[in-house]
Amino acid sequence: MSFINYSSREINCKIVYYGPGLCGKTTNLQYVYAKTNPEAKGKMISLATETERTLFFDFLPLSLGEIRGFKTRFHLYTVPGQVFYDASRKLILKGVDGVVFVADSQLERMEANLESVENLRTNLAEQGYDLDRVPYVVQYNKRDLPSAVALEEQRAINPRNVPAFAAVAPTGVGVFDTLKAIAKQVLTELKRGG
Amino acid sequence: MNSGLVMYEEEFRQIAGICDRLTRDANAKVVFLVDKNGQLIASSGQAQNLDTTSLASLTAGNVAAMGGLAKLIGEKEFPNQFHEGERESLHMSIVAGRVVLVVIFDAKSSLGLVRLRVKKAGEELGRVFDVLAKRQAAPGAQSPFAEITDDDIDNLFSE
Repeated sequence: MSFINYSSREINCKIVYYGPGLCGKTTNLQYVYAKTNPEAKGKMISLATETERTLFFDFLPLSLGEIRGFKTRFHLYTVPGQVFYDASRKLILKGVDGVVFVADSQLERMEANLESVENLRTNLAEQGYDLDRVPYVVQYNKRDLPSAVALEEQRAINPRNVPAFAAVAPTGVGVFDTLKAIAKQVLTELKRGG
Repeated sequence: MNSGLVMYEEEFRQIAGICDRLTRDANAKVVFLVDKNGQLIASSGQAQNLDTTSLASLTAGNVAAMGGLAKLIGEKEFPNQFHEGERESLHMSIVAGRVVLVVIFDAKSSLGLVRLRVKKAGEELGRVFDVLAKRQAAPGAQSPFAEITDDDIDNLFSE
Protein backbone atom coordinates (compact mmCIF):
# COMPACT_ATOMS: atom_id res chain seq x y z
CA MET A 1 0.00 0.00 0.00
CA SER A 2 1.65 3.18 -1.14
CA PHE A 3 2.13 6.18 1.11
CA ILE A 4 1.97 9.61 -0.48
CA ASN A 5 3.14 12.45 1.72
CA TYR A 6 2.32 15.93 0.44
CA SER A 7 4.12 17.49 3.34
CA SER A 8 7.53 15.98 2.61
CA ARG A 9 6.73 15.55 -1.11
CA GLU A 10 7.46 11.84 -1.00
CA ILE A 11 5.88 8.76 -2.36
CA ASN A 12 6.71 5.39 -0.81
CA CYS A 13 5.94 1.99 -2.30
CA LYS A 14 6.52 -1.57 -1.15
CA ILE A 15 7.91 -4.27 -3.40
CA VAL A 16 8.20 -7.88 -2.25
CA TYR A 17 10.55 -10.49 -3.72
CA TYR A 18 8.89 -13.90 -3.47
CA GLY A 19 10.04 -17.37 -4.45
CA PRO A 20 11.13 -20.80 -3.20
CA GLY A 21 13.96 -21.31 -0.72
CA LEU A 22 17.45 -20.52 -2.05
CA CYS A 23 16.17 -19.06 -5.34
CA GLY A 24 18.18 -15.85 -4.87
CA LYS A 25 15.80 -13.27 -3.41
CA THR A 26 18.30 -12.02 -0.86
CA THR A 27 21.04 -12.09 -3.50
CA ASN A 28 18.94 -9.76 -5.66
CA LEU A 29 18.72 -7.24 -2.84
CA GLN A 30 22.39 -7.61 -2.00
CA TYR A 31 23.35 -6.84 -5.58
CA VAL A 32 21.04 -3.80 -5.72
CA TYR A 33 22.52 -2.62 -2.43
CA ALA A 34 26.11 -3.09 -3.62
CA LYS A 35 25.56 -1.22 -6.87
CA THR A 36 23.48 1.72 -5.66
CA ASN A 37 24.95 5.11 -4.78
CA PRO A 38 25.14 5.67 -1.02
CA GLU A 39 22.83 8.71 -1.20
CA ALA A 40 20.11 6.67 -2.91
CA LYS A 41 19.95 3.83 -0.41
CA GLY A 42 19.41 3.21 3.26
CA LYS A 43 20.80 0.43 5.39
CA MET A 44 20.01 -3.10 4.30
CA ILE A 45 18.52 -5.17 7.07
CA SER A 46 18.59 -8.97 7.02
CA LEU A 47 16.76 -10.91 9.68
CA ALA A 48 18.49 -14.20 9.05
CA THR A 49 19.41 -17.41 10.86
CA GLU A 50 22.98 -18.20 11.86
CA THR A 51 23.35 -20.07 8.60
CA GLU A 52 22.28 -16.97 6.66
CA ARG A 53 18.89 -18.27 5.67
CA THR A 54 16.23 -15.57 5.74
CA LEU A 55 14.26 -15.93 8.97
CA PHE A 56 11.75 -13.09 8.64
CA PHE A 57 12.72 -10.66 5.87
CA ASP A 58 15.42 -8.57 4.21
CA PHE A 59 14.70 -4.89 3.80
CA LEU A 60 16.31 -2.31 1.55
CA PRO A 61 15.04 1.26 1.17
CA LEU A 62 15.87 2.79 -2.18
CA SER A 63 15.32 6.23 -3.76
CA LEU A 64 14.72 6.25 -7.48
CA GLY A 65 14.57 9.98 -8.19
CA GLU A 66 11.80 12.53 -8.53
CA ILE A 67 8.54 12.61 -10.43
CA ARG A 68 6.96 16.06 -10.64
CA GLY A 69 8.68 17.17 -7.48
CA PHE A 70 7.84 14.01 -5.52
CA LYS A 71 10.73 11.87 -4.30
CA THR A 72 9.99 8.24 -5.16
CA ARG A 73 11.08 5.74 -2.53
CA PHE A 74 10.81 2.01 -2.86
CA HIS A 75 10.99 -0.35 0.07
CA LEU A 76 12.27 -3.71 -1.14
CA TYR A 77 11.47 -6.75 0.99
CA THR A 78 12.19 -10.44 0.60
CA VAL A 79 10.21 -13.22 2.21
CA PRO A 80 11.74 -16.33 3.79
CA GLY A 81 11.49 -18.98 1.09
CA GLN A 82 11.48 -22.11 3.19
CA VAL A 83 8.09 -23.80 3.22
CA PHE A 84 7.60 -23.78 7.00
CA TYR A 85 7.92 -19.99 7.27
CA ASP A 86 4.52 -19.46 5.68
CA ALA A 87 3.11 -17.41 8.56
CA SER A 88 5.95 -14.90 8.15
CA ARG A 89 5.49 -14.73 4.38
CA LYS A 90 1.85 -13.75 4.82
CA LEU A 91 2.79 -10.87 7.11
CA ILE A 92 5.34 -9.46 4.70
CA LEU A 93 2.80 -9.33 1.87
CA LYS A 94 0.69 -6.88 3.88
CA GLY A 95 0.45 -3.58 2.06
CA VAL A 96 2.43 -4.75 -0.95
CA ASP A 97 2.38 -2.61 -4.10
CA GLY A 98 4.24 -4.96 -6.43
CA VAL A 99 5.63 -8.50 -6.43
CA VAL A 100 8.75 -9.98 -8.05
CA PHE A 101 8.66 -13.74 -8.32
CA VAL A 102 12.20 -15.13 -8.38
CA ALA A 103 12.21 -18.58 -9.93
CA ASP A 104 15.09 -21.04 -9.60
CA SER A 105 15.89 -22.21 -13.13
CA GLN A 106 17.32 -25.58 -12.09
CA LEU A 107 15.35 -28.58 -13.28
CA GLU A 108 15.13 -30.04 -9.78
CA ARG A 109 13.49 -26.85 -8.48
CA MET A 110 10.66 -26.64 -11.01
CA GLU A 111 8.15 -28.15 -8.64
CA ALA A 112 9.26 -25.87 -5.82
CA ASN A 113 8.75 -22.87 -8.13
CA LEU A 114 5.21 -23.91 -8.97
CA GLU A 115 4.38 -24.57 -5.33
CA SER A 116 5.72 -21.16 -4.41
CA VAL A 117 3.63 -19.39 -7.08
CA GLU A 118 0.53 -21.13 -5.77
CA ASN A 119 1.51 -20.17 -2.23
CA LEU A 120 1.93 -16.56 -3.40
CA ARG A 121 -1.53 -16.61 -4.97
CA THR A 122 -3.11 -17.98 -1.79
CA ASN A 123 -1.31 -15.61 0.54
CA LEU A 124 -2.07 -12.57 -1.62
CA ALA A 125 -5.73 -13.56 -1.71
CA GLU A 126 -5.76 -13.67 2.09
CA GLN A 127 -4.66 -10.03 2.07
CA GLY A 128 -7.31 -9.12 -0.47
CA TYR A 129 -5.06 -9.07 -3.52
CA ASP A 130 -5.42 -10.95 -6.77
CA LEU A 131 -2.18 -12.23 -8.32
CA ASP A 132 -3.72 -11.65 -11.74
CA ARG A 133 -4.16 -7.94 -11.06
CA VAL A 134 -1.31 -6.89 -8.81
CA PRO A 135 1.86 -5.38 -10.43
CA TYR A 136 3.94 -8.48 -10.99
CA VAL A 137 7.13 -9.52 -12.79
CA VAL A 138 8.96 -12.85 -12.97
CA GLN A 139 12.69 -13.42 -12.84
CA TYR A 140 14.26 -16.68 -14.03
CA ASN A 141 17.34 -16.77 -11.86
CA LYS A 142 20.42 -19.03 -11.92
CA ARG A 143 20.53 -19.08 -15.72
CA ASP A 144 24.28 -19.81 -15.51
CA LEU A 145 23.88 -23.20 -13.84
CA PRO A 146 24.33 -26.35 -15.95
CA SER A 147 20.99 -27.82 -14.83
CA ALA A 148 19.02 -24.70 -15.82
CA VAL A 149 16.08 -25.69 -17.99
CA ALA A 150 15.21 -23.82 -21.18
CA LEU A 151 13.22 -20.61 -20.64
CA GLU A 152 10.29 -22.00 -22.64
CA GLU A 153 10.05 -24.88 -20.19
CA GLN A 154 9.46 -22.43 -17.33
CA ARG A 155 6.34 -20.92 -18.89
CA ALA A 156 4.08 -22.70 -16.41
CA ILE A 157 5.38 -20.31 -13.75
CA ASN A 158 4.14 -17.35 -15.74
CA PRO A 159 0.74 -18.17 -17.25
CA ARG A 160 -0.25 -14.50 -17.17
CA ASN A 161 2.76 -13.74 -19.37
CA VAL A 162 3.94 -10.78 -17.28
CA PRO A 163 7.35 -9.24 -18.05
CA ALA A 164 10.00 -11.87 -17.33
CA PHE A 165 13.78 -11.58 -17.08
CA ALA A 166 16.59 -14.11 -17.24
CA ALA A 167 19.02 -13.47 -14.40
CA VAL A 168 22.21 -14.44 -12.66
CA ALA A 169 21.73 -12.53 -9.42
CA PRO A 170 25.28 -12.80 -7.92
CA THR A 171 26.75 -11.10 -10.99
CA GLY A 172 23.81 -8.77 -11.46
CA VAL A 173 22.54 -10.07 -14.79
CA GLY A 174 18.87 -9.13 -15.00
CA VAL A 175 18.69 -7.74 -11.46
CA PHE A 176 18.14 -4.06 -12.30
CA ASP A 177 15.98 -4.91 -15.34
CA THR A 178 13.67 -6.78 -12.99
CA LEU A 179 13.61 -3.96 -10.45
CA LYS A 180 12.94 -1.30 -13.07
CA ALA A 181 10.12 -3.32 -14.58
CA ILE A 182 8.31 -3.78 -11.28
CA ALA A 183 8.90 -0.17 -10.16
CA LYS A 184 7.45 1.04 -13.44
CA GLN A 185 4.38 -1.14 -13.09
CA VAL A 186 3.83 0.06 -9.52
CA LEU A 187 4.02 3.72 -10.54
CA THR A 188 1.71 3.12 -13.51
CA GLU A 189 -0.79 1.46 -11.18
CA LEU A 190 -0.54 4.42 -8.81
CA LYS A 191 -1.17 6.80 -11.68
CA ARG A 192 -4.32 4.85 -12.47
CA GLY A 193 -5.37 5.41 -8.87
CA GLY A 194 -4.75 1.89 -7.61
CA MET B 1 -6.17 -2.99 -4.88
CA ASN B 2 -6.28 -1.34 -1.49
CA SER B 3 -5.75 2.38 -1.67
CA GLY B 4 -2.67 3.74 0.02
CA LEU B 5 -2.28 6.31 2.73
CA VAL B 6 -2.23 9.94 1.65
CA MET B 7 -0.86 12.56 4.02
CA TYR B 8 -1.75 16.22 3.56
CA GLU B 9 0.11 19.25 4.85
CA GLU B 10 -2.49 20.25 7.42
CA GLU B 11 -2.90 16.82 9.01
CA PHE B 12 0.86 16.28 8.92
CA ARG B 13 1.34 19.48 10.96
CA GLN B 14 -1.21 18.30 13.50
CA ILE B 15 0.45 14.87 13.75
CA ALA B 16 3.92 16.39 14.13
CA GLY B 17 2.51 18.68 16.85
CA ILE B 18 1.03 15.76 18.77
CA CYS B 19 4.32 13.80 18.52
CA ASP B 20 6.34 16.83 19.71
CA ARG B 21 4.03 17.31 22.67
CA LEU B 22 4.17 13.63 23.55
CA THR B 23 7.99 13.75 23.48
CA ARG B 24 7.93 16.60 26.01
CA ASP B 25 5.08 15.33 28.20
CA ALA B 26 6.46 11.80 28.44
CA ASN B 27 10.09 12.89 28.88
CA ALA B 28 10.82 10.67 25.92
CA LYS B 29 13.99 10.57 23.86
CA VAL B 30 12.28 9.87 20.58
CA VAL B 31 8.73 9.47 19.39
CA PHE B 32 7.87 8.19 15.98
CA LEU B 33 4.81 7.20 14.09
CA VAL B 34 4.87 4.37 11.58
CA ASP B 35 2.32 3.06 9.14
CA LYS B 36 1.57 -0.65 9.81
CA ASN B 37 3.23 -1.37 6.46
CA GLY B 38 6.53 0.07 7.64
CA GLN B 39 6.46 3.60 6.25
CA LEU B 40 7.67 6.32 8.60
CA ILE B 41 5.03 9.03 8.99
CA ALA B 42 6.56 11.40 11.55
CA SER B 43 9.30 11.53 14.13
CA SER B 44 10.11 13.82 17.02
CA GLY B 45 12.86 14.24 19.61
CA GLN B 46 16.45 13.06 19.21
CA ALA B 47 15.75 11.19 15.99
CA GLN B 48 18.55 12.67 13.91
CA ASN B 49 21.11 10.02 14.94
CA LEU B 50 18.69 7.18 14.41
CA ASP B 51 18.12 5.18 11.26
CA THR B 52 14.39 5.92 11.29
CA THR B 53 13.71 4.10 8.01
CA SER B 54 15.06 0.85 9.45
CA LEU B 55 13.28 1.51 12.74
CA ALA B 56 10.00 1.97 10.90
CA SER B 57 10.38 -1.23 8.91
CA LEU B 58 11.36 -3.33 11.94
CA THR B 59 8.55 -1.82 14.01
CA ALA B 60 6.05 -2.87 11.37
CA GLY B 61 7.62 -6.33 11.19
CA ASN B 62 7.43 -6.68 14.94
CA VAL B 63 3.82 -5.49 15.17
CA ALA B 64 2.86 -7.79 12.31
CA ALA B 65 4.55 -10.77 13.97
CA MET B 66 2.90 -10.01 17.33
CA GLY B 67 -0.44 -9.58 15.54
CA GLY B 68 0.06 -13.02 14.01
CA LEU B 69 0.81 -14.46 17.46
CA ALA B 70 -2.25 -12.74 18.90
CA LYS B 71 -4.51 -14.35 16.32
CA LEU B 72 -3.02 -17.78 17.07
CA ILE B 73 -4.14 -17.50 20.68
CA GLY B 74 -7.52 -16.04 19.80
CA GLU B 75 -6.78 -12.34 20.41
CA LYS B 76 -7.46 -9.66 17.79
CA GLU B 77 -4.08 -8.02 18.33
CA PHE B 78 -1.76 -6.82 21.09
CA PRO B 79 -2.42 -3.08 20.99
CA ASN B 80 0.39 -2.20 23.38
CA GLN B 81 3.89 -3.62 23.67
CA PHE B 82 6.76 -2.76 25.95
CA HIS B 83 10.39 -3.79 25.52
CA GLU B 84 12.78 -3.06 28.34
CA GLY B 85 16.45 -2.51 27.65
CA GLU B 86 19.39 -1.91 29.98
CA ARG B 87 19.36 1.84 29.35
CA GLU B 88 16.59 2.51 26.88
CA SER B 89 13.15 1.08 26.53
CA LEU B 90 10.60 1.01 23.81
CA HIS B 91 6.83 1.31 23.94
CA MET B 92 4.67 0.60 20.90
CA SER B 93 0.96 1.08 20.58
CA ILE B 94 -1.43 0.66 17.69
CA VAL B 95 -3.45 3.77 16.89
CA ALA B 96 -6.63 3.90 14.82
CA GLY B 97 -6.00 0.32 13.73
CA ARG B 98 -3.46 1.29 11.12
CA VAL B 99 -0.50 3.19 12.56
CA VAL B 100 1.98 2.44 15.33
CA LEU B 101 3.07 5.04 17.86
CA VAL B 102 6.57 4.27 19.16
CA VAL B 103 8.15 5.93 22.19
CA ILE B 104 11.81 5.43 23.11
CA PHE B 105 12.68 6.50 26.64
CA ASP B 106 15.34 6.09 29.31
CA ALA B 107 15.56 6.45 33.10
CA LYS B 108 14.39 10.08 32.88
CA SER B 109 10.92 8.73 32.27
CA SER B 110 8.94 5.70 33.36
CA LEU B 111 6.63 3.15 31.83
CA GLY B 112 3.67 4.53 33.80
CA LEU B 113 4.19 8.07 32.53
CA VAL B 114 4.73 6.89 28.96
CA ARG B 115 1.58 4.77 29.06
CA LEU B 116 -0.48 7.66 30.39
CA ARG B 117 0.76 10.15 27.79
CA VAL B 118 0.57 7.65 24.93
CA LYS B 119 -3.09 7.02 25.71
CA LYS B 120 -3.98 10.70 25.33
CA ALA B 121 -1.79 11.22 22.26
CA GLY B 122 -3.24 8.06 20.72
CA GLU B 123 -6.76 9.43 21.04
CA GLU B 124 -5.73 12.71 19.43
CA LEU B 125 -3.94 10.91 16.61
CA GLY B 126 -6.95 8.66 16.10
CA ARG B 127 -9.09 11.74 15.42
CA VAL B 128 -6.61 13.09 12.87
CA PHE B 129 -6.50 9.73 11.06
CA ASP B 130 -10.30 9.63 10.99
CA VAL B 131 -10.27 12.99 9.22
CA LEU B 132 -7.59 11.75 6.82
CA ALA B 133 -9.59 8.62 6.01
CA LYS B 134 -12.71 10.70 5.32
CA ARG B 135 -10.75 13.12 3.19
CA GLN B 136 -9.33 10.27 1.15
CA ALA B 137 -12.70 8.60 0.72
CA ALA B 138 -14.49 11.84 -0.25
CA PRO B 139 -15.92 11.87 -3.76
CA GLY B 140 -13.60 13.69 -6.13
CA ALA B 141 -10.51 12.71 -4.13
CA GLN B 142 -8.73 11.33 -7.16
CA SER B 143 -5.27 9.84 -7.25
CA PRO B 144 -2.77 12.63 -6.66
CA PHE B 145 -0.72 10.98 -9.36
CA ALA B 146 -3.41 10.98 -11.97
CA GLU B 147 -1.70 13.84 -13.79
CA ILE B 148 1.67 12.14 -14.19
CA THR B 149 2.34 10.79 -17.66
CA ASP B 150 3.95 7.61 -18.93
CA ASP B 151 6.85 9.81 -20.03
CA ASP B 152 7.36 11.01 -16.46
CA ILE B 153 7.66 7.40 -15.36
CA ASP B 154 9.96 6.51 -18.25
CA ASN B 155 12.19 9.48 -17.48
CA LEU B 156 12.77 8.15 -13.99
CA PHE B 157 14.45 5.11 -15.48
CA SER B 158 16.43 6.72 -18.26
CA GLU B 159 20.05 6.93 -17.29
